[in-house]
Amino acid sequence: MDWELILESIPLLLKGLLVTFELVLLSLFLGGILAVPLALLRISRNPIAWMPVYAYIYVMRGTPLLVQLYLIYYGSAQIPGMQDSVLWPFFKQAWYCAVFAFTLNTAAYQAEIFRGAILAVPHGEVEAGRAVGMSPSLLYRRIILPRAFRIGLPAYTNEVILMLQASALASLVTIRDLMGTADAIVNRTYNPWDIYLPTALVYLIVTYALVWLFRKLEYRLSGHLRDRPATRVLAGAGPEPAQAGLR
Amino acid sequence: MIDLHGYGWQLMQGLGMTIRAALAAILIAILLGLLGAAAKLSRWRWLRGIAETYTITIRGVPELILLYIVFFGLTHLLQWVTSLFGYDEYIEVPPFAAGVFSVGFVYGAFATEVFRGAILAVPKGQIEAAKAVGMSPFLLWRRILMPQVIRYAIPGMGNVWLVLLKATALMSVVNLDELTRKAFIGAGATRDPLSFFLTAALLYLMLTIVSNLGLEWLERRYSRGVRRA
Repeated sequence: MDWELILESIPLLLKGLLVTFELVLLSLFLGGILAVPLALLRISRNPIAWMPVYAYIYVMRGTPLLVQLYLIYYGSAQIPGMQDSVLWPFFKQAWYCAVFAFTLNTAAYQAEIFRGAILAVPHGEVEAGRAVGMSPSLLYRRIILPRAFRIGLPAYTNEVILMLQASALASLVTIRDLMGTADAIVNRTYNPWDIYLPTALVYLIVTYALVWLFRKLEYRLSGHLRDRPATRVLAGAGPEPAQAGLR
Repeated sequence: MIDLHGYGWQLMQGLGMTIRAALAAILIAILLGLLGAAAKLSRWRWLRGIAETYTITIRGVPELILLYIVFFGLTHLLQWVTSLFGYDEYIEVPPFAAGVFSVGFVYGAFATEVFRGAILAVPKGQIEAAKAVGMSPFLLWRRILMPQVIRYAIPGMGNVWLVLLKATALMSVVNLDELTRKAFIGAGATRDPLSFFLTAALLYLMLTIVSNLGLEWLERRYSRGVRRA
């Protein structure tokens, strides 16, 4: 182990980590904005609404993200008229191509998560909303979407983690994210061990920090699902009540 | 619109390599998955610890970096072994071995969880009954556990297969001539990346569709004995 090189690389790697964060958060956010309408269209009974969305989701989930990324990064310049359009300043930069590819990809996965979550909202709650005379939009805003958000949270955690892992692919289109920074240092020093192992460790730590964070969030959002302390004692449950009845 | 400039055959060869690499990797993943599940359910603590470390590490690190680590690791190992025999030239690990081994290694962790769940899904009473009639551990495994574990594991392993299939695209970074790399080469040679990556995407999509059909068939076949509500 070349400790000097490792110590020297740490600030660079952390700078790369910031780029990774930026990439992942931006893609997740934009993908999430796209995913809600996609999920609603996917649930619709009108074939004109759900069939194109179904096809979109199937294609996005059925092809490698790497190929999607290459297609956008290398292929976009060839689209007729692209180089003269207002979009060109964006598509000629690797950064926007990566954000665009990741956004389209995660939108498909998130739409599936939201769809499953919306369908999992107990029917009685929807009926109760209708019974008190809520309009469809109010019903969605007050009952269905908040409930779906809570139900979909564990799956969403998973998607965040998968997106973090997938973001390493951006290094293959010249982005200096955590992985890209590591590659650059390895290319300069030809010392893969001392760079890739610490980099892997950084990813590992960030992943489990995220898992921990989302678990806290889940716990906070599930107060109504947990037993009250008194009933817990009566039921003879153990002293560790965390997450009871959640999974 | 799509013109492959005579590189179509190259892409088909790439497709063949992708299929072969994916099949080899899923075999490794299944093997590691069975071993991992057995270790996780073992009564020895250190064995459980190893399996736990394996799945936790794999799920927290991007495949790409694991691919590099395995690639450089195997190269190192190979060099060390050959240097023992007095051979000091630089040798690189064959891309097929590096790619298949690392992807198999990664998805072995996911397979471990699938098999663990499948084994736990077999009712305990059946295992006790088998022991009660005096079955040896091997017979119990073959006649009682395995047939049911296969059925319970098919949906989960189907998912692992679908994800693994797409992950083979990463093997292009260690220069394995699979579909993505062939498309990359064709795109560079003809300056027509749109056609090449679109074709590659369509071919991957085709693999996914065929896999989905195959998995549906498998699921039906292995749940013949189960009554449907």
